Order: sequence, then C-alpha cells, then structure tokens
Amino acid sequence: MNPDLRANELTLGYAKHVVVDRLSVELPPGRITVIVGANACGKSTLLAALARLLAPRSGSVTLDGKSIHSQPTRQVARSIGLLPQAPVAPAGITVVDLVTRGRSPHQTWWRQWSEEDERAVEGALAATSMGEHRNRPVDELSGGQRQRAWIAMAIAQDTPLLLLDEPTTFLDLAHQIDVLDLVVDLNRAEGKTVVMVLHDLNQACRYADHLIAMKDGQIVRQGAPGAIVDAPLIRDVFAVECEVGSDPVTSTPMIVPLGRHHQRASLPAS
Amino acid sequence: MTLSVAAGRVTYRVGRGAVSGVVALRAALLAVLLALAAFGLFVLSVATGDLALPLADVVPALVGGGDPATLFVVQELRLPRALVGLLVGVVFGLSGAVFQTMTRNPLAAPDMIGITAGAQVAVVGGIVLGWGAGRGTQALGLAGAFVAGIVVYLLSLGGGRGATGYRIILVGIGVSWACTSLTDYLLAKALPYQANQAIGWLFGSLAERGWHHVRPLALSAAVLVPVTVLLSRWLRTLQLGDTVAKGLGTPVGAVRFTLLIVGAGLAAFGTAAAGPILFVALVSPQIAQRLAGTPAPPLVGSALAGAVLVLAADLLSRYVLTDVGLPVGVVTGILGAPVLLWLLTRANRSGSGG
Repeated sequence: MNPDLRANELTLGYAKHVVVDRLSVELPPGRITVIVGANACGKSTLLAALARLLAPRSGSVTLDGKSIHSQPTRQVARSIGLLPQAPVAPAGITVVDLVTRGRSPHQTWWRQWSEEDERAVEGALAATSMGEHRNRPVDELSGGQRQRAWIAMAIAQDTPLLLLDEPTTFLDLAHQIDVLDLVVDLNRAEGKTVVMVLHDLNQACRYADHLIAMKDGQIVRQGAPGAIVDAPLIRDVFAVECEVGSDPVTSTPMIVPLGRHHQRASLPAS
Repeated sequence: MTLSVAAGRVTYRVGRGAVSGVVALRAALLAVLLALAAFGLFVLSVATGDLALPLADVVPALVGGGDPATLFVVQELRLPRALVGLLVGVVFGLSGAVFQTMTRNPLAAPDMIGITAGAQVAVVGGIVLGWGAGRGTQALGLAGAFVAGIVVYLLSLGGGRGATGYRIILVGIGVSWACTSLTDYLLAKALPYQANQAIGWLFGSLAERGWHHVRPLALSAAVLVPVTVLLSRWLRTLQLGDTVAKGLGTPVGAVRFTLLIVGAGLAAFGTAAAGPILFVALVSPQIAQRLAGTPAPPLVGSALAGAVLVLAADLLSRYVLTDVGLPVGVVTGILGAPVLLWLLTRANRSGSGG
C-alpha cells in the first residue's frame, strides 16, 4: 500500500547552477514529512525532483525501487499526487470541473467518467467540505476555499503519496490551520504519505512526524521535531538566534526568534 | 447504458463505465446551433451569385440531382467556393482553439505567432521572384507556414526548460514581425502586376476557388480534425498549467510539440487554400468560449464558429457590399470584432471576462 519514495545520491540544478548536491533521503511511508529551510536552500527543488518535474543531473529518485524518471509519467501519476505552489486555475472553471481533472491519470479517451471516477470526485469534495461550492467558479472563491479546491483535485487523483509545495502560502491564519488539519485528516484517515514544504517553523514542528532541515542543498538534520530541533540547528539553518520552548498545546518545539531589539536580557526583570 | 443529467451536464456510461464521459449541455447545444447556421449559410452561399438559384434547386443539386445547367453551376462553380469557405473556417477556428488552450493565452492564434506570416512571406516571395504563381501558391503557403511553425518551436525551446506557452507567444510575435518586414520588402521590390497579384492573395479570398483548392484542404481536415479531438484529453490538463499537468501524468513536452504541429498544420492548409483570412483563428474560439460558457475554447464550437464567420463574411461581401468588392479577409474583421467586443462587454462574471 504505502510506496517507498527515496532519493539516492541526487544532484539537481538549473543551467550551470548546482542546487542540490548528492543528497540521499528516505520519506517515511504513511507519515507526514515536512521540509524546512531558508530561501534558496533547495527544498522546493528537491520536492520538484521527487515529483519528477525536474530531471536529476545524477543520482535517482526511486518509487518502490524503480526510478520514477524512467517510468511512464502517467503510471507515476497514479502513485504520486502533486500540488505546486500557487497554482492558477483557468478563468471560469468550476470546482467540480477542476476536481474531475484530477482523475486524468486513471482515464482513457473512451473511459472519461467511470463509477470509480465519480466516487473519487465525490469523496474528494466531501473530504474538503467543498460539496456545497461544487458549481462555483474557482476564481470567485476565497483564498482558503480555492486552496481546498486544489487539494480536492489532488485527493481525487487518489494517490498513496501526496507532495505539497508550501500549501499555506498566501493564506490567512485560519485558512492555514484549516489546510494543515485537512492534511492530517488525509494522513490519518487514509494513511496517505505526505511530503510538504512549509515556511512556518512552529507549524512544521506541530504537523510533522518527520522533519527535514535543509541548508545549501544538503540535509542538516532530520527526525522527529522534538528530537532534532534546538537553538543551534535554527542558527545553522536560518542564521537566526532563537529560544526553543515547548508548544503549550502539543508540547512540540516552539521557536521564538530573537532580533536585535528583542533579546532576553532586555526584558524587564520580574 | 445509463444517462443522467445534473447541473447542465449529461453523463453517459456504458457497462460499468468502460465507455463513459460527461458532456456540457450548453456547449453541445451551441455546437448544434452553429452547425445548423453553418449549413444554412453554406446552402445560401451556393445559391448566391450572378445567377441566383432557388434554394429548392440547390439542395438536390448538392447531392447530384436536378437539371444539368443547375448541376454544373452548383457543382463546378459554386460548391468549391462554399466548401473552401466552410473548411477554412473550420481549420482556422480549430487552430486558434488549439493555440489558445495550449498557451493559456487568448491572444495566441496562428496569425499572431508567425505561422500565417510565414505563409505570407513564402507566397509573396514566390510571386515576386517568379517561381510559383498559380497552383504553386498553395504549396508555397503550406511550406512557409510549416517552416515558421518549426522555427517558432525551436527558438522557444531555449534555456533547456522547454517551450512554455509564454515563450511560444513572445518568440512567435518576433518571428511574425520578421516575416512581415520581409514581405513588405518583397512587395516594395515587386513589379506593379506582381504586387497586385500578391496583395490580392494577402487579403484572403474565396473567389475563383476550384476543386484543386478543396481537395488538399478536405484531406488535411479529415486527418487533423480527428487528431485534434483525440488530443483534447491532454488539453484539459494543460489548461491547469505545466506543473499541474505534469503531476497529472501529461507528457507535457511531447504533447505541446504535437499540438504545435497540428495547430500549424491546420492553419497552413487553410492559408494555402484561401490566403490568410486574418482574425478568424483569433476571434472564433473566443466567441465560442463565451457562448458555451466554458473555461477554455470548446474545440467543436470554435471550428463551427469559424465556419459560420467565414461563410457569413463571404456572403456579406457578395450580397451587401457588391459594389465595393471587399475580399472576405477584410469582412471577417468587420464582422468578428463587434461580436467579440459585444460578448466581452456583457461578460459580468469574472470567469468569462479573461
């Protein structure tokens, strides 16, 4: 059921620029993995390679032992679902039309709407609570609803693996929590393996089973957030001084950054 | 087999969905209406001329019935013109729909991205340099359009990231201007009678079309139209952007190359038969999309809207503007632009405005 996705000695780059250099990683099946790192550390590039959007210079990405770049792309699309950062829907497309297109890798030109397709689309609309908006154009929805519509498309694709590139960017706080809770639902209810890139460290620590911290195209540290996150790691990866406390709700690490104007020493003595 | 209708969509299923699909009612209805309109204009086109024929004689003559004189006028003189008009509208409309969907840009049409301009430079070059007036015109137009299409594709590949829709348009506009300048240069160099001949072709015309114009066009349409319809499955994912399309298992590079060849081929055969009837490929898909209320140009609707536009423009130039003698390519602009502008101004949803 849960496919085994891993990168082996992966080197990635654009033009003459090497972004990721000989990186190897295993994505734990059935878990939520979150990749964090400063801008330009290669986290989105790594995700693109895991989704076979980017061909490796050397090394490979394997799914159950077979390279995803040498398999038919349609076949890979039945195992790996992908939601890129800030996708743009064509003007006027309705929610149900968008979600239906997620079934594409399961369809042929004569079989365009099987009972299985219908079940998957209805299931995806229900899981994202988008059923009531099904006939509304995507461009008329709020930011959070729009992102849920895209996630519904990825759910309808019905893949055991889901890759999300910054799914909460451009959303307000309530919608961020909404989307991340939905991701946990998918992981818990259906056992989907999730790999996502997040910007907010505290959210990453809360929602990740497995956290990967990247810097300069390398993995600095990986593991359960509680086991790996400390002030030296944050200093190394983000070049920021911080205090690491404990999240009052989940007891996962909570990062409080220090700035030039906000140091512990400057707080009034109690 | 089960049929069900919900929210303006008809779902059909044979077996447990082994053969199945969804058809948007409004788009299907539009296609039927446009097909009827195209047929009506087609019959009217055959009936119209120096010798006006009653419609009751035209329809039987189309299938080979009636008196020999009518039969001759219909089958040898009028039918080729009407058929070229119908088919040219179909291939231009479809070509525009392919390019606009593939690049996700309503400005993309063969006459904007250099393919028509390529045909123009080849044909005018042929006339001015003296190798290939007459029947050679068709072959030159075809070759020019294809070469331009391939040049646009190769140049837009740059940077190793593949030909994105945006690059195809920018490169296409560049190629288009280069070809137009070259055409202008050739026209400036041409002798008066050559320039006259070239300008007559440059406007696009359905006058004096014979079966030798119809045959290559009909044959290419018979191949390229079904191929385009088969590719429509990939167009549906390409509309979501390259990244999402790849994620959904679309071989984006190969599909885009095939679409470019098919779209250029449709435009090339149309231009070879009737000259560059400008604006049809740009405006027909937009008109069809707005009338059908779909997020992208509907293929069948765009093709039929093109046919209606060309046939109506040709009739208008012969019926109403008889003394002016305007070529059809001028009238399509006069006719198509107000329709599109009207549809744009009455679009109240943000969805149908783009």
